[in-house]
Amino acid sequence: MKYEEKLENVTVLGAAGKMGSGILFLTATEMTRQKFLPVNKNREFVLYALDTSHKALSNLTTYIREQAWKFAEKNIVILRKTYQDRADLIDNEQIIRQYAQDLLGIIRPVTRIESAFDSNIIFEAISENPDLKVELMSTINKNNRNKPWFFTNTSAIPISWLDEQAQLNGRIMGVHFYNPPAVQKLLEVVKTENTRPELSYFVTDYIKNTGKIFVFAYDVAGFIGNGYFMRDILFAEKMVNELQEDFSYVQSVYMVNKISQDFLIRPMGTFQLVDYVGIDVVQFIMSVMKPHVSKENIHSPLVDQHLHELVKGGQYPEGSQKNGIFKYEKGQIAAVYDLRKKRYIPVSEFREECDEYLGALPADWQPWRKITRNPEKDETLKKYFENLRLSKKPGAQLAREYLIKFREIASDLVKNKVAFKFDDVNAVLIYGFHHAYGPINDYL
Amino acid sequence: MKLRRKVYMVAGYNTISMGTGRSEFHPKKPRPGLQDYIKEAGENVLSHIGGAKNVDECVIANFIASRYNKQANLAAFFPYIDPELTYKPCVRVEGACATGGLGLATGIKSVLAETADVVLVVGVEVQNSVKAVYGADILAAAGWYKERKDGHAHFFPGKFSDRAGAYFKKYGREKTRQAMARWYYNAIENARLCPTAQEFENQQKKLEELALTEPNPRMFVDHLNVYDCSKVSDGASAIAIVSEEGLKRCGISKNDAIEVVGLGQAEYDLTKAPEDPVRLITTEVAVKKALVMAGITRDQLATVECHDCFTIAAIMAIEAMGFAQPGEGSDFILAGHTSRKGRIPFNTTGGLIGWGHPTGATGVHQAVTIWEQLTEKAGNSQVKIPAGKPYAMSVNMGGDDKTLVSLVYKKC
Repeated sequence: MKYEEKLENVTVLGAAGKMGSGILFLTATEMTRQKFLPVNKNREFVLYALDTSHKALSNLTTYIREQAWKFAEKNIVILRKTYQDRADLIDNEQIIRQYAQDLLGIIRPVTRIESAFDSNIIFEAISENPDLKVELMSTINKNNRNKPWFFTNTSAIPISWLDEQAQLNGRIMGVHFYNPPAVQKLLEVVKTENTRPELSYFVTDYIKNTGKIFVFAYDVAGFIGNGYFMRDILFAEKMVNELQEDFSYVQSVYMVNKISQDFLIRPMGTFQLVDYVGIDVVQFIMSVMKPHVSKENIHSPLVDQHLHELVKGGQYPEGSQKNGIFKYEKGQIAAVYDLRKKRYIPVSEFREECDEYLGALPADWQPWRKITRNPEKDETLKKYFENLRLSKKPGAQLAREYLIKFREIASDLVKNKVAFKFDDVNAVLIYGFHHAYGPINDYL
Repeated sequence: MKLRRKVYMVAGYNTISMGTGRSEFHPKKPRPGLQDYIKEAGENVLSHIGGAKNVDECVIANFIASRYNKQANLAAFFPYIDPELTYKPCVRVEGACATGGLGLATGIKSVLAETADVVLVVGVEVQNSVKAVYGADILAAAGWYKERKDGHAHFFPGKFSDRAGAYFKKYGREKTRQAMARWYYNAIENARLCPTAQEFENQQKKLEELALTEPNPRMFVDHLNVYDCSKVSDGASAIAIVSEEGLKRCGISKNDAIEVVGLGQAEYDLTKAPEDPVRLITTEVAVKKALVMAGITRDQLATVECHDCFTIAAIMAIEAMGFAQPGEGSDFILAGHTSRKGRIPFNTTGGLIGWGHPTGATGVHQAVTIWEQLTEKAGNSQVKIPAGKPYAMSVNMGGDDKTLVSLVYKKC
């Protein structure tokens, strides 16, 4: 079956979720593109958006409409050509409206799993619950005569395990999108020894056509992204524990976050990223990875303690940050949750002392956003890291320690056959985590 | 034909050209509206000419607020500037991007017709009310509506991209692109000296390198990149056009005034394609008319404000004005002749690319810049006005070389 035939009937499981909605949108753009190709004139394209709640599906339609408008605005040059034959569509605005209508026209929001029984392709984007994933995929597989292909968005569970449990006979592949999928450029693609080659061919075309890039990862729990991130969290936690010999817990958390954000020039500090992803999600990923990683203890007491206090982080539906390890005001860190006192302690109470201890940022430092847009980024980073290397201030020393660990984690991912090569790890950090530079570098 | 009466311009004022590049600008935050820009510019001129009581007539130049801001009948904003303008004769003019120039021409003609000794001219446009992709639909009204369907998504960049493509083919791409990049460099260099310019805060170091970015036809047009294009701007410019009597009434010394000595207007059929895509023929006609009326040659000009809506338009304008032979406009720019220290400094506050292009205000902004230069009020933007060259020229173009207004000014 050809690529476009496969795309005639697709289901996204968990379509109303944060990841599912993005995957649904991307798939809808590709199916709409196919629909307009002259060769596909007589084909019907159907995309089932499967989720459990009608309310969530209603919100999903609003989200998809907004995304379709944005997409059409961005791609108006091409779309004017697509609609060239429509004499009634003259202004950009008319074309954009029509495109949004056409894209929404192929999506069918549904709540019953039976809808997936006719699909050729299943994108799975439900929560990281291994048993639920297996149950859903297995049910669809048993009831679907098309022998569907499954593409799972899991960021942690080994694909071969899912294949075996759901008895998919190699008709499964890992396609891990980064959040939000509509925006993030990178995907991690995981195939097992049993994955059928046709799935690889399909997914390569799909990724290319949706304007994304990908790296292959070995089928090891956590893959590259979480393989790095979970270990990054554990290292940050270790640094917090060490700092607590001289500072309070909240001060230590504040300082480690500052080091990982400001001194390392990242978009956000490690603990802020934990809040962004969701503390509960992080715990879940660790718990999924733990049984598959025998030599290390992938487990964070800090994460467990926060969840015990029902401090979860994560995001509100409209995208703003919920309180977690930090309390946020207007998107900025305003306080740190004290696990002993069970309340948030304002950063203003200790910032000055901590900043004084860490010392000023070394010369040639630029904030993350500025450096990512700097045409002389590499040169500026070299100068900055040289200054960081020479600095005797505690902040710079801790940052060096962090950078060395950063590189060690990345190297181990290749050594332990999680990533195929160093460039892939760098790509994940740069495109998936939006770091200004990869962990494998010559800066220090 | 000579002007039958002395005509002067005084008390020019520009608001900030607001849009991307200005630190005050945020697309999702509230910004000043049309009425705020009109009021700011109008009030400032009035404060320098002895108040609204001295004004006989008013002209407002605006291209298309009816679509950008859902607002028409703009002449009725003059009493909003100052209640003393209530019941005075006011008019709104429109001629696409040459709207400001037409506003000036209208004011000049009122003075010549002796229906007014003091005319307040305000040019204004507020375009950041819609995203650029929808603004393209609105701006396309400056072309023939029947061309819209087959036109580019970015209609006017598309038109001038086609001209650039034809120019590359005839005269060579590499040198032309270098000259386009140099034009961009000069525009930003000048804008950095003018606090109201949209690019005033531009701190990019490698401007020419940036301007040589290869065009991306998939997302934009075939032969231009974004640095080749003027930006979307909000802003207003205002100036008073006065007679000898008007000068006395307002108590303004001639040292603070400039004289209008040449006016050239020309139109070309909106429904027709350019006769020659590598020439701005209507510009040639208007410039020639203005110079003939002024009785001077271009060598007597100390500075020029030209309509660089696109860098390629600047190259073609230089040729249309006769500063360079056809195909040699690029050499003229690359030799440094148009830079602020060159033989004839062009667009000394950045022009449309550097200062900004609030459409209806642009022609008036050109006049204000020249008034500042010839009266030595240009601050950091000031260029040398040689004693033997007391003249300056502005060229304001509407649409794809369709509506043209060129003015020649003289230091008093």
